[in-house]
Amino acid sequence: MHELPVTESILEMVQRHAREANATRVTDLYLVMGQLSSLVDDSIQFYWDIISEGTLAEGAQLHFERVPGELFCLDCGSRYVMADTTFACPSCHGLHVQVVAGDEFRLDAIDVQTPEDQEQIEGEAVV
Amino acid sequence: MTERVAVVEKILSANDRLAEDNRRRLDDGHVFGVNIMASPGAGKTSLIERTLGELGGRWRVGVVDGDVATSIDADRAAAAGASAVQVNTGGECHLDAVMLHGALAEMDLANLELLIVENVGNLICPAGFQLGTHKSVLVASVPEGDDKPYKYPGMYRGVQALVINKIDLQPYVEFDMEYFRQGVEVLNPGLETFPLSCKTGEGLVAWVAWLENHLAALRAN
Repeated sequence: MHELPVTESILEMVQRHAREANATRVTDLYLVMGQLSSLVDDSIQFYWDIISEGTLAEGAQLHFERVPGELFCLDCGSRYVMADTTFACPSCHGLHVQVVAGDEFRLDAIDVQTPEDQEQIEGEAVV
Repeated sequence: MTERVAVVEKILSANDRLAEDNRRRLDDGHVFGVNIMASPGAGKTSLIERTLGELGGRWRVGVVDGDVATSIDADRAAAAGASAVQVNTGGECHLDAVMLHGALAEMDLANLELLIVENVGNLICPAGFQLGTHKSVLVASVPEGDDKPYKYPGMYRGVQALVINKIDLQPYVEFDMEYFRQGVEVLNPGLETFPLSCKTGEGLVAWVAWLENHLAALRAN
């Protein structure tokens, strides 16, 4: 359910950065979501299609990079993906471990078209 | 032809900025704010009632109650002696900084020392939304099971204290405290933890002392 405000937040960021880049259209979004952020890609895509309508980012493609939760063993140096039922190190079975990946929750980049890109496209079409 | 624009910005940064504004308002009023999060039925409202009882009127307390609908929780907090504001989220599964901002506007912060925010009962969503309170507290409870840190790791990451409620039920349910705590320690090393029972009152004193120490430290600054 909280994917709606999350998606609204993404749209606000996209519009702000697109304006700064003098963009006329946003074609692609690159999102990084850690497993620990508990967000559902499909729901974000669903809300995106609705709320981006009529904006310069309408129809933009969402690309999700999912980052699994990862643990690092402070005793033996193993790095491994978090399991469902235990956090113990698979190598040394120790519990002296820390979370090193999975908290990510950010917009990395957007692909945009600017008026110059538009002119170039139109120029190519004439040729 | 397109060009790539680097953004690298945390999603919900707009919420986080407003959360900072909430924090400033609390700081200006010298009000210590805590955000209480838990699954439905873990005992958030009971904990608030018992906490108000233990505080015994030493501090003026405001409670903001987030709920999908109804004002039952706010009514209970008001009955226990707090000035309570109900925020009905209209189906939203968590409180966010905007909602707390609106609630703060309804409160007389100059006449409060402690603000307790009771978040919507949910073990997933509230973790992502900073409110601007000084501390976030998670209430777990014994009957929920000892696997919750493993199933909902995100929730255990961003809190500054953990209450384990309903410890009086430990003889009756499967709950391996050691296994539970191992998971918590990995997700949030050194997290201050308060096993207690809102029913029997066991363990409440340590929890309330933690709250009052932080409150007093804030007001001393």
